[in-house]
Amino acid sequence: MTEVEHRFGPFGGRYVPETLMPALVELEEAWVAARNDPAYEAELGILLRDFAGRPTPLYRAERLSELTGGELWLKREDLLHTGAHKINNALGQALLAKRMGKRRIIAETGAGQHGVATAVACARLGLECVVYMGAEDIRRQQPNVERMRLLGATVAPVESGAKTLKEAVSEAIRDWVASVETSHYIIGSAVGPAPFPAIVRDLQRVISDEARAQMLDRTGELPKRVIACVGGGSNAIGGFAAFLEDAEVELIGVEAAGEGLDSGRHGAPLTAGGRPGILHGSLSAIMQNDEGQIAEAHSVSAGLDYPGSGPQHAWLRETGRATYVAVTDADALAAFRRVSELEGIIPALETAHAFAWAMANPGERDLLILSGRGDKDLAEVIARTS
Amino acid sequence: MTGCERIGAAFEQRTGRAALMPYMMACFPDEETSIAIGLSCAANGADLVEVGIPYSDPLADGPVIHEAATQALRNGATVQASLRVAKAVSEAVPTVVMCYANLVLSMGWEAFAAELVEAGVSGLICPDLPLEEAPEALAALDAHGLALVPLVAPTTPDSRLAEIGARARGFLYTVSVAGTTGERSGPAAGIDAVVERARANTSVPVAVGFGISTPEQASSTADAGAEGVIIGSRLIREAATAADPSTAVGLVVKGFADSLR
Repeated sequence: MTEVEHRFGPFGGRYVPETLMPALVELEEAWVAARNDPAYEAELGILLRDFAGRPTPLYRAERLSELTGGELWLKREDLLHTGAHKINNALGQALLAKRMGKRRIIAETGAGQHGVATAVACARLGLECVVYMGAEDIRRQQPNVERMRLLGATVAPVESGAKTLKEAVSEAIRDWVASVETSHYIIGSAVGPAPFPAIVRDLQRVISDEARAQMLDRTGELPKRVIACVGGGSNAIGGFAAFLEDAEVELIGVEAAGEGLDSGRHGAPLTAGGRPGILHGSLSAIMQNDEGQIAEAHSVSAGLDYPGSGPQHAWLRETGRATYVAVTDADALAAFRRVSELEGIIPALETAHAFAWAMANPGERDLLILSGRGDKDLAEVIARTS
Repeated sequence: MTGCERIGAAFEQRTGRAALMPYMMACFPDEETSIAIGLSCAANGADLVEVGIPYSDPLADGPVIHEAATQALRNGATVQASLRVAKAVSEAVPTVVMCYANLVLSMGWEAFAAELVEAGVSGLICPDLPLEEAPEALAALDAHGLALVPLVAPTTPDSRLAEIGARARGFLYTVSVAGTTGERSGPAAGIDAVVERARANTSVPVAVGFGISTPEQASSTADAGAEGVIIGSRLIREAATAADPSTAVGLVVKGFADSLR
């Protein structure tokens, strides 16, 4: 068992109110114990297999490959229960919370996928669930709000700031500061204070562990490139993790360029560069003004509408191990339609960013992490493109 | 006199049973009015004043202070303008700046410390800079004789409290309840134990904050042995709603000062 990283190079850390510090220490200890406990691994394995639907298929996108002249393989996380990779992390952390004797779960959500996944995990394990969600996201992701409520979760609207994911995370952390002795915060992405980025990566690593073996099994070779969308970066870090030591495999994270990187209205802190900063408890690539006030992000996809990024991504960028690029709202919307028409798969708007980049830059043997399905985005897409 | 010494003197020369430390937000509702509020605090019995710098994502703050920061920023508040406010208030009363870590990091710890000295500020509270992340800040502030005031919470275990208490400068900011800043009704349960535990683990004065919103609560916190009492959201609410914020805040501060006689 390797130790739980607090920093990735200079990035990461624990910039949180003192009230939370003991809880982070306790969480790290509980995580190390769980990972070394075969009973935890077995219980999670059964839940992932029989409840969530793992392993997910590796699928060769025939028509897209034909169109681009490349070879595109899709890791079908969209086929999981609740329709996205978020369930991998939600089940793992909910089980962990139960082991820690915490009966109340807090979560934040942007697109609603993590909120739904957490609500599902809590329903399954009999835990109380409160999901913080920006009022703007509640508007654009209404079906997921209804799902969470049906599953017995309380959806708490957040009205501050731009009323999107950043504020939802802040509000979830504030709740946790006040309820830390009885509650666990299931953060939805590979962000936040240590040990969260490492825990989320470890729980999402199943994506690349499976995909790597499946690629070898199907093609006899590793992919030349792994492509994934990056908001906070949980599906990307999970999709990259098993390939980190394979130096010949290129890793590409696709962020949201929103209305264009030059417009300032985007969600691409890794692509845009700039000095690192602290957001939601860790030092990483973030969007901020000259003085260090956090900027508002913008993206057509709620899941990428976030001015921060996971600290391990910041380190992978700095070391050159991974490359980060960005795709505009318009290109993502076009890819959303194209993938639907050509493959019979409606991707999440988040994943549509990765598709847009892959289609514009076809490769010899690409693995794209299809992080989620796009049913939740229909109303928003139709409103924007009709 | 160094910043640390000014804070020490303010606690020693306090007129009440506990030093009264009102919190104000720089540039809220605007720069000029916030200076007037700070001076009014000084004139109405404040022994020290805590000057908050507006931040976009204040994780340790409840809705009242969060909203005030949002409004201040919307009205154009900057770190530089906030430091001007701190400077004006420092001329009347010892001040401690409260600032989230990213704003300090942006400028650099050393440069920020130099700015605080320039503004006549005596110390700094970083609510999201726990012990583990503080060494660089502590070194920079120590070099300028400024106090890096740490926070301890009810959830802080004894061993950790001892470590924080040993490295505390100025005073030990003792959070009375697990939670964010904000007004709470009734006496904080177990305040005696909170103060006693902090007292046993540090040589600097113990000041209690978070949730103290009435003179009665302030008085019972002093009775519990706290050497300082910090009033935040109650005063920000007053500044946000009163027609004449500096006079109104001054009146409320006077009520707290009287309760500590």
